[in-house]
Amino acid sequence: MAEIATFSNATQVLEPFKGVKKVTIEEYFSSGHRTCQGCESALVMKLMVKAAGPRTIVLGSTGCMYVANTTYYSTPWVVPWMHTQLGSSGSAALGTAAGLKALMKKGKMKAEPINVIAFCGDGGGADMGLGAISATLTHKEYNSLILLYDNESYANTDIQLSGSTPYGAHTTFSPPGKARRIMHTRWKKNTAGMLAAGHPECRYVATVCASYAVEMMNKVRKALSIGGPTFIHSLDPCPKGWDYDPMLSHELGELAIECGIFPLYEVEEGVVKYYGKTKAIVDGRPRKPVREYLLKQGRFAHFIEEDLEYFQGKVDEMWTKWELPGVACFKKDGARAVAG
Amino acid sequence: MTVATQAAPAAIQEQEMLISGSEAIAEALTLADIDVVTAYPIRPYDTVMQAIAKKISGGKLVAEYIVAEGEHSQFEIVKHASTVGARVFCGSSGVGWAYAMECLVVTPALRVPMVAMVGNRALDDPGAFGVEHNDALFVRDLGWLLCWIDSSQEALDTTLIAYRVAEDRRIFLPIAISADGAFLTHSQAITKVPSKSLVDKFLPPYHRGDLQLHPDNPITVAPQVNEDWVIEIRRQNNAATERAYTVIEEAYADFRRVFGRGPENPWFEEYMTEDAEIILMGMGTLSLPVKVAIRKMREDGKKVGLIRLRWFRPFPYEQLARALRKARAIGVIDRDYSFGSPFGSGVVATEVRAALYNAEHRPPLIGFICGLGGREVTLEDVYKTAEICYSAAKAGKTERATYWLGVRE
Repeated sequence: MAEIATFSNATQVLEPFKGVKKVTIEEYFSSGHRTCQGCESALVMKLMVKAAGPRTIVLGSTGCMYVANTTYYSTPWVVPWMHTQLGSSGSAALGTAAGLKALMKKGKMKAEPINVIAFCGDGGGADMGLGAISATLTHKEYNSLILLYDNESYANTDIQLSGSTPYGAHTTFSPPGKARRIMHTRWKKNTAGMLAAGHPECRYVATVCASYAVEMMNKVRKALSIGGPTFIHSLDPCPKGWDYDPMLSHELGELAIECGIFPLYEVEEGVVKYYGKTKAIVDGRPRKPVREYLLKQGRFAHFIEEDLEYFQGKVDEMWTKWELPGVACFKKDGARAVAG
Repeated sequence: MTVATQAAPAAIQEQEMLISGSEAIAEALTLADIDVVTAYPIRPYDTVMQAIAKKISGGKLVAEYIVAEGEHSQFEIVKHASTVGARVFCGSSGVGWAYAMECLVVTPALRVPMVAMVGNRALDDPGAFGVEHNDALFVRDLGWLLCWIDSSQEALDTTLIAYRVAEDRRIFLPIAISADGAFLTHSQAITKVPSKSLVDKFLPPYHRGDLQLHPDNPITVAPQVNEDWVIEIRRQNNAATERAYTVIEEAYADFRRVFGRGPENPWFEEYMTEDAEIILMGMGTLSLPVKVAIRKMREDGKKVGLIRLRWFRPFPYEQLARALRKARAIGVIDRDYSFGSPFGSGVVATEVRAALYNAEHRPPLIGFICGLGGREVTLEDVYKTAEICYSAAKAGKTERATYWLGVRE
């Protein structure tokens, strides 16, 4: 069968919402989910698909946002939704986009831009599915968005540490004990920075936090409009995994940014742009001490002064020694000498 | 090379080509107008992907050709493409197929009618490129329909039949076509390649209907069902597999009607079984040495026949029980192993034994494990199987249930 000459592979044009009052009313992630009180990731799902609109297909890899959201007979998804395997968000996005493209290109399906979004948790995205996401970000002819909702643990399976869990955090795989206070000694993987740095033809990588909802939705809209495969990393405070009062979810998201632990930025066509309070930090505004963030959470309750200082020192490095502050961990030449 | 064939009744509508098993499958995929195909290199199946790449670059086929970063992604990508309505193809060999295992599990459960080629290959370790059937057999319990072929012609024909069966709404299950590594994937033979218009009479377009993932059909696919629904869903899969007995027979009958060729019996090929005292059984290309050996043995007055199993899932147990009812002894040659299995037999021997358990006539059945890792199944090996079967037939019982043949001592 021949190719349809007029097929353009265009994306939807999703202009940014100009303020919270301009955000559309329609919800495409509705009642029917069973997430925890204060679950930020459920909000991320809701905002993500609100930003995308009705002509969207969502693929969800295994994790909280699969298990807690889609109990049979009570799906919250108004748009078509499908499960994909834990390490398959990249492949799900690619396969769905390729299927649609092939059918439209060959005239077997009405041609129209359909958003394809695959989401994954930090386990599915930063650990198991990283290879597939990386591959998808090189396939520039398929339009899709991969959104990583990072609640910093395998939160659906009893809170086990992932490659995205912060240093020292108490998880069921890293319980503090008398012999070893710090079981988890690895520093959190810099997933967004790595994916932006490693995929020269990926046109859009961004970090978001739902504490800043309009900014978050507009980044989703840009990611879907710009064309090709794109990636968004969302930091999602998790009352169950982080052990805090559910009312503090938004506040913790804000603190993660104000302390400089999780920077908000986008890399559009290779150009880095900082957002909000992260931009203020880059411009020289002092960061809040990390202890303000860490000590509000039970997962760091076993930290002693030494641990807080170590954590602060590592975060300081992100802003004082990294060539691209908060984004890429290549150090400035002088910084290496200082580090010895 | 292409020359017009003399064969009737579709004489004008088929061309003869000298092509390998892998190339024959690529011809069928072009005729089936597949939409999305994913490739990843592993010998020997990857020759099919090389052949498809040439079809696409040469303008013979319009399809998305995606080179994945591993077999897990390779199978996931086409699984998802199929859910939006694309006709897809995939494949692998040996440990590559094993690497995709998680995706192979979910594909039948999601009722995705993918067609895959397995270029059968020994599993690691140690490394071997040669054929063993254990790779494809991994998925025998999961809802994949499995068949084995032994010629380029059968490769082409079975690929068309596979799409017809898999995409039948009564089935909606994936099909894996197994081709013995090297012996079939890389060996060329004269093959009849039909015209597109003829194929269109046999193979309708793929319509996913109310299971299609599309904004116009906003469904939620594969939610968490837990103990509330899993067993009902498994039973639906089982029912689809059982319906495959009918759908496969219909497809072969229609294939014969449209193309004027193809077997009457889809399930297995019978070679000189009419009067056979000893029936040898096996799958894939071992049919060639076995047939040669049978002809030689017939010259010596030994009435030996062959049943070459095509379809392993669904397993044609009733048809086999009928076909084997006159045999005095049965010898099943397995190009696979199943360590710790009943009688230490290979997978096919174990299945045939189970198929005959309720049969009225249960001749002695001996399992032979032979030709592993691509080792040749020699005429001597086949003579040996017949000899052992004759002894069992005379004694009315088996001395040993399983023999390993052609093994260095």
